Amino acid sequence: MTGLAAAVQPRTTISVGRAGQLLVVAIIFLAGFLVLQGTASLPHRDDSQVFLTLNGVRDWVDANRTSNPVFVYLLGPIRAAIDGLDDMLTFIVKQLSWIGVMAIAGTLAFALVSWRTAVGVLACLVTIGLLGLWTETIQTLVLITNSVALSLLIGIPLGIVAGRNDRFLAFITPILDFMQIMPTFAYLAPLTLIFLIGPASAVIATLIYSMPPAIRITALGIRGVPVQTVEAAASLGATDGQVLRKVQLPIARRTIGLAVNQTIMMALSIIVIAALINAPGLGESIIVAIEKLKFGDAVTAGIAIVLLATVLDRITASASGAGVPAIVAIGPLRIPRRTVRAIAVAVAIVALAGGALASAGSSFPATWHVSIAKPLDDGVRWVELTFAGLTDSVKNAVSAGLLDPIQTVLTKSPWWLVVVAAAAVAGIVNSLRAAIVVAIALLLIVALQVWEHAMQTLTMVIVAVVLTMLIGVVLGVWAARNRVVSAVLRPINDAAQTLPSFVYLLPALALFGPTRFTAILAAVIYAVPAVIRLVEDGVRGVSPTAIEAATAAGASRLQMIRKVQLPMARRSLLVATNQGVVLVLAMVVLGGLVGAQALGFDVVSGFSQRNFFGRGVAAAIGIVLLGVMLDRITQGTGQRRSTRSVVGRLGIGLNSNRVSREAG
Amino acid sequence: MDRQRKVASRTAALIATLVVILSACGGGATQSPAASTGTGASAPAASASQAAAASLAPCGTVNIAVNPWVGYEADAAVVGYLLQQKLGCTVVKKNIDEQTSWQGFPTGEVDVILENWGHEDLAAKYITADKVAQDAGPDGNEGVIGWFVPKFFVDANPDILTAKTDPTILNKYAAQFKTSESGDKGQILDGDPSFVTNDQGMINGFGLNFKVVYSGSEAASNKAIQAAVDAQKPILVYYYTPNWFSSKVDLVHIEFPAWTPGCDKDATNIKCDYPPYHLNKVVSTKFATSGSPAFTFISKFKWTNDDQNGVAADITSNGMSDDDAAKKWVDANQSVWQAWMP
Repeated sequence: MTGLAAAVQPRTTISVGRAGQLLVVAIIFLAGFLVLQGTASLPHRDDSQVFLTLNGVRDWVDANRTSNPVFVYLLGPIRAAIDGLDDMLTFIVKQLSWIGVMAIAGTLAFALVSWRTAVGVLACLVTIGLLGLWTETIQTLVLITNSVALSLLIGIPLGIVAGRNDRFLAFITPILDFMQIMPTFAYLAPLTLIFLIGPASAVIATLIYSMPPAIRITALGIRGVPVQTVEAAASLGATDGQVLRKVQLPIARRTIGLAVNQTIMMALSIIVIAALINAPGLGESIIVAIEKLKFGDAVTAGIAIVLLATVLDRITASASGAGVPAIVAIGPLRIPRRTVRAIAVAVAIVALAGGALASAGSSFPATWHVSIAKPLDDGVRWVELTFAGLTDSVKNAVSAGLLDPIQTVLTKSPWWLVVVAAAAVAGIVNSLRAAIVVAIALLLIVALQVWEHAMQTLTMVIVAVVLTMLIGVVLGVWAARNRVVSAVLRPINDAAQTLPSFVYLLPALALFGPTRFTAILAAVIYAVPAVIRLVEDGVRGVSPTAIEAATAAGASRLQMIRKVQLPMARRSLLVATNQGVVLVLAMVVLGGLVGAQALGFDVVSGFSQRNFFGRGVAAAIGIVLLGVMLDRITQGTGQRRSTRSVVGRLGIGLNSNRVSREAG
Repeated sequence: MDRQRKVASRTAALIATLVVILSACGGGATQSPAASTGTGASAPAASASQAAAASLAPCGTVNIAVNPWVGYEADAAVVGYLLQQKLGCTVVKKNIDEQTSWQGFPTGEVDVILENWGHEDLAAKYITADKVAQDAGPDGNEGVIGWFVPKFFVDANPDILTAKTDPTILNKYAAQFKTSESGDKGQILDGDPSFVTNDQGMINGFGLNFKVVYSGSEAASNKAIQAAVDAQKPILVYYYTPNWFSSKVDLVHIEFPAWTPGCDKDATNIKCDYPPYHLNKVVSTKFATSGSPAFTFISKFKWTNDDQNGVAADITSNGMSDDDAAKKWVDANQSVWQAWMP
């Protein structure tokens, strides 16, 4: 806990009183552990009553699926409608053929953004074709389009309501938290139980995960409209509807565009997991490649996902039209954008008709494929054979020196001591209210009978967050002070955030084995980019006047960072910590697939084995509760809860830097 | 040889593309069900065999669950290939895990599971109680589950094989199997969470100084084995045959006192090895009573571990597609599959 507390609060900003209080809590906690260890600990039992009860719920759904009216008259038609939508989209895209799809994408990029973007988009798509993954990419595109369309259809109206109504926002925020922290694995099995195996289940799984940002960011956009503007409109006699349509929506347009963009990115990040319930496409390619230990094939499919993400990002990032000049200059020619759009649409229609006539239903020509799998396989094999000894000792040192002691303290202490200590930390760094929430979350974990596994998972999360913050702050500060570093880090960050983690698990497993360390490594790779971005953004945001003043006073480089830049970027550091926690938690289940055991494995096995369903659901809820607890502790003393939680949930995608600027 | 095949398949693909383009130009060309799922290049063969099968009832669509291991993929490759090419069926393969596969029987989402490993609980629910599925006989593969170590370890320490009579011999080696995850005990690495494991019960029953560590997935276990073999380090894993990966690394089964009926009844205290698994096929009742020739075919389908391992190795190590690997086996084993035909 002390490790977490230290990471949570940058040292420079803690007043002596508060640091002293934390120290006292730590000493009492450790003393309590030494005296009381082994008493009132809650060892894990696989046959707990909670698990059996949850199994009973599952059996009831199974038995009533064909007779209960809710299933027959509500869920059945929903499934049929989504399946129909999927069939229709698949048919259309098939008719367009690869030429038609490229024509549309290029035209959209040209009309909405610029000819440069159009060239980039086409280059990405051609590369996907050359990699031999056109068919799979299109299957993924259909799934994404389907679920994003539904997400926005439901999410934007809800976001507008949440933007205009405080009570609704307060009501929906915990639900959104739940939707995003709840591991997808936990609802995959129930989804196939209700919506059967097929497009509907995959779309709904994606939708659950990708809708929250649509709601949150839309609400943020509406709330970002200055109060004076709204009041002025109202005082001029505008009705509620008029205020919404003429004032709030137009001003929030850019932010709503961002909501669309982030929804797409979130949807893309879930496709590998959706592949576990037969969602076809690139996710399936990755799963199959990993099953056969084919690293090269997995990376190839991963690259296709990154390219597809880039295409969708570039097209949608500016889709709201902000920042696009009304006049398009092509060399000496100056053409109004409206004309450009008309020309582009005409070109697209011709290309479509031509493409459809020439090659309806065809995929990218197989003879053009280029395989990059072999050199990748050879390269990674070399790394595995060369560094295995070294990595082994690193792993053993971290496990024995850091993981084991923390885990022993957390699992062997009396449970009530842990609850009291965690609540005390939350009370000191945050508020009494946060302390109560933390205590309730932990008590619920006790009630769910997943305590021991939850404490093991907490250990890994704490270590991963500490490592993430160390790396993130160092690289973030460096990037903020050095343009070259920043330019080098940006594409790496983009790739680390969009490349599915599954891809780099194979070499990580070879180097570090199926262990807690591998899981922590995966979580750190996933969470660090967002932290780097937020820290860089925060440090850059420090006012030049302060820096000049410090320089004039003769501050050294280190003094500048420690005494000026980091303290003044405190808010960004807090947000970065909070976001780091959320992102690390998102990887807990994946950790279960690579040897991390604990709650992550419980969730995975709950998906795979009927008997473990109850344990899996209980573990999944346990992860959510851990998330709530850590979120409340790391919120620090900051206010503006709504803004913070929006930012906190947006790690994925190419735009976190943009988001943070928007929110900050 | 390989090169020739590649050229041939590219030519075939090119021809197939041309055929598709031409048929699209023709507009509204009727596609046979086989051609719509099979590769274009083999469409002529399909229509010929369809004519031969004309006396049988139409096959219709067969939904085959494909569970996530390569041996199963080999089953599905050969069965799917023959159903399409010889019986004119439309084959839909669904990549899902075992539990989800069984869930698909009552809804008609899944017609066939080709390689079922036990699963008494699922059988009790879906076959005995709900009567939505039924056993379609053995697929001929014999499954073995147990504890395995690399061959070099057995060569260096041959007395570990005496575990068959005295399991506590393993305690002698516990220190060598220790990892960062197993504390002061030896590690037995369990794998895919969808497999039933008795390992904790066996540790208790035999009195072993070992700890079960879950790798979480088959890929994680395989990668751990590969790394251990690379570094010539000891590793003890829960493993099974048939399995494609065993052709790449030499693993030896550490046998325990043989299984007898009922010896594993108390899951927390087991004093015997895993039972032998006679892998079987399971079909939905709906499919079984549909009169489809595919049901008869699948009921008769039966082959050996060697057959399966050969096709699986072609798919994984030799880089063949499912269809190519299936075709190779089908061409070489006429007499075997002729016996499955309705």
